Amino acid sequence: MDHRAAGLTDGEALATYRWMLLTRRLEERLALLQRSGAFPLALSSRGHEAAQIGAALAFQPKLDWWYPYYRDLGAVLVAGSTLLDLMLSSFGKATDPASGGRQTAYNWGDRRLNIVARSAPVAVQVPQAAGSALALRRQGSRAVVYCSLGDGATSQGDFHEGLNFAALHRAPVVYICQNNQWAISVPFGRQTAGGSVAQRAAGYGMPGITVDGTDPFAVGAAAREAVDRARRGLGPSLLELRVARLDSHTSDDDQRQYRSQEDLGEAAARDPLPAARGYLRREDLLPDDLERQWEVDILSELDGAERRAREAPDAVP
Amino acid sequence: MAVKSYIDAVRDTLMDEMRRDPRVFVMGEDVGKRGGVFRATMGLIEEFGEERVIDTPLAESAIVGVGIGSALAGLRPVAEIQFADFIWPAMNQIISEAARLRYRSNGDWTVPLVIRAPYGGGVHGGLYHSQSVEAHFYHSPGLKIVMPSTPYDVAGLLRAAIRDEDPVMFLEHKRLYRLIKGEVPDDDYVLPIGKAEVKRQGADLTVISYGLALHFCLEAADVLAQEGISAHVIDLRSIKPLDRETILEGVRKTGKVLIVHEDNKFGGVGAEVSAMIAEEALFDLDAPIARLAGPEIPAMPYAPNLERFYMLSPEKVADAMRKLAAF
Repeated sequence: MDHRAAGLTDGEALATYRWMLLTRRLEERLALLQRSGAFPLALSSRGHEAAQIGAALAFQPKLDWWYPYYRDLGAVLVAGSTLLDLMLSSFGKATDPASGGRQTAYNWGDRRLNIVARSAPVAVQVPQAAGSALALRRQGSRAVVYCSLGDGATSQGDFHEGLNFAALHRAPVVYICQNNQWAISVPFGRQTAGGSVAQRAAGYGMPGITVDGTDPFAVGAAAREAVDRARRGLGPSLLELRVARLDSHTSDDDQRQYRSQEDLGEAAARDPLPAARGYLRREDLLPDDLERQWEVDILSELDGAERRAREAPDAVP
Repeated sequence: MAVKSYIDAVRDTLMDEMRRDPRVFVMGEDVGKRGGVFRATMGLIEEFGEERVIDTPLAESAIVGVGIGSALAGLRPVAEIQFADFIWPAMNQIISEAARLRYRSNGDWTVPLVIRAPYGGGVHGGLYHSQSVEAHFYHSPGLKIVMPSTPYDVAGLLRAAIRDEDPVMFLEHKRLYRLIKGEVPDDDYVLPIGKAEVKRQGADLTVISYGLALHFCLEAADVLAQEGISAHVIDLRSIKPLDRETILEGVRKTGKVLIVHEDNKFGGVGAEVSAMIAEEALFDLDAPIARLAGPEIPAMPYAPNLERFYMLSPEKVADAMRKLAAF
C-alpha cells in the first residue's frame, strides 16, 4: 500500500522501516549469540516485522498497555524496551526488567512501560487484556490495550472467552493475531477450521479484519482505525495479519522436517524487509548514505548493548 | 454487636469494602440482579451499579483472567466462582498466571485478586455441587488460601483478602452459609491471613481442623469432655500459609494429634500438617498422628445414605478422638 494512502508522511514511512530494520538486526544478533552458546534460546520474529511494527506504531507508548506474545519483538521495541533490556533478558541477568532472570527470554514485561509480564501458556492474555482495558477505562484513562497472539493460540478456549467478554463490555482493546500459518509444525489448515481467524470476530459482534501482514503501511492503517475505535469507546477489534514465518518455531526446532522446500521458498519471497526497502528505494525516499548510516548506528547500538549485558550482574535467587 | 449468618457476613463485608474503596468490585455468574445463587451479593448491584457488580458469561477462565487483568491495572476484583466444583476451567489462569505474576516479574507486578468459591458437601448437591478443592491449589506457591468457619472470621479475613496485594482464594463452606450464626463487630477489623485460632483449650489431645468439620470437632469435644477427655481444638482458618506456631504449640501441649477435614485424605491438607509436625515435633508425640478425612472416591455421592457415608459428622469425629485418646 502506498504510504500516503495509508495516511503516513514520508518521514513516518521511513521511521517505520527503521523500526523494522532494528527488529531484524536485533533478532539476527540474538540468534547468533544463541548459536555461539551465549544463552540457550532464540525465538525468531523474522517475517513478522511489518506486522509488528505497523501495528505497534498505531499505539501510544507509556499511555497504552501491552500484552505482546512471545514472537512480538518489534512491538516490544516500539513500546519502549531498549536493546539492552532485551539482551539482559536473553542473558538472564539481575537487571533484566522483565523478570530479573526468572523467566526465559521472550517472556516480555516492563512495569514502567505498561508491558504486562507474560508467560508461556498461549491465549491467557486474551481475557487479561480485556480486564486491564475495562479497569483502565473505569479509572478514567484513555489507554487502549495492545494484545497480540499467534494463529495457534486462537484454538484455545481463552481466546473465545476473552473475545466474548471484551465485546460484551466494549473493552478498549485491539487483538492482533499474527497469522504465520504454523503452530510449531502444524499448518493453519490442520489447526483452524474455517480458514480464517478474522471471521471469528463476527460471532462476537466486533470488526474482524484480514490484512497483508507483510505490508507495514496497510497494517498501520488498519491498526490505527482499530485503536481509534477503541479510544472512542466503540469497543474491541480483531486484526488478522497474514505473515510468513521465515525461521523455525524456535532455536530448538528445525522446520525443514515438516515444511517443504517449496513452502519455505514461498515464505522467503514474502520477507517484508526487502519489500519495504524496495518500496522506499523506488519512491526515492531511502538514499544509500542514510541506509548505510542506519546500519552503522544499529551495529554500534547492538555491540554496546551486548557488551553491557555481558558485564551486567548475574541474577540473584 | 450484630449476630449474623455466615452468608450475611460475606455480603456485608463485600458491601463495606466496596463503600470504603472504589477500586473494589465483584464479578461472577448471577452476581447482579439475582444477587448470587447463594445471595452473597444481594443488594450490591442496586447500590453500586453494573460497573462494579458484573454479571459475567458462564466462563470461569475468563472470570479469573479478566480479574487478573483488572487487578494488574489498578482495581481490586473479587471474582466469584459460583461453585468451587466449576473452578477447573480457571486452573490455568489461577496457577500459571495469578499465582506466578509476582515472581515472574521479579516483584514488579502483583495481582490483588480475591477468588471466592463456595465448596463442600452436606447439601445434597452430589458430585458437582459438593467438592472440596483446596488440595489442588494448596501445592502452588504464590497463592494464599483462606477457609473460615465462623461469621466473625469471614468478615475479618475477607477484609484482609481484599486488602492483600496478592491473590487470595477465599473458600466458603456452603453448608455453613445459613447453618452458623455468630457475633460480628460493626467495626473495620482485619484478621491476619495465616493465623490459626485455638477454639478450645485442652490437655489430652489436639484436634486440628477447618471449615464445617471444625464445628463437628467442637461438638465432639463437648461430648468427650463429659467422658473426661479434654481436647485442644485448633481452627486453621487459613490453610496457606499455615500457622506453624499455633499447630506446634498445640502438638507439644498434648502429644496427640488428630487432623480432620472433609476433603479426601490422600495428598490433602492433613498430609502437609502431619509432615510438618513429623519434621518439627516428632519427639513431642505420644501417639502416631491420626487423620480423619473424606473417603478416596472421586467426589461426594447424591443419595442421602451415600452422602452420609462420605460426610464427616460429630459422631465420626468423636470416635476418632476416643481412639486416639485411648492410645
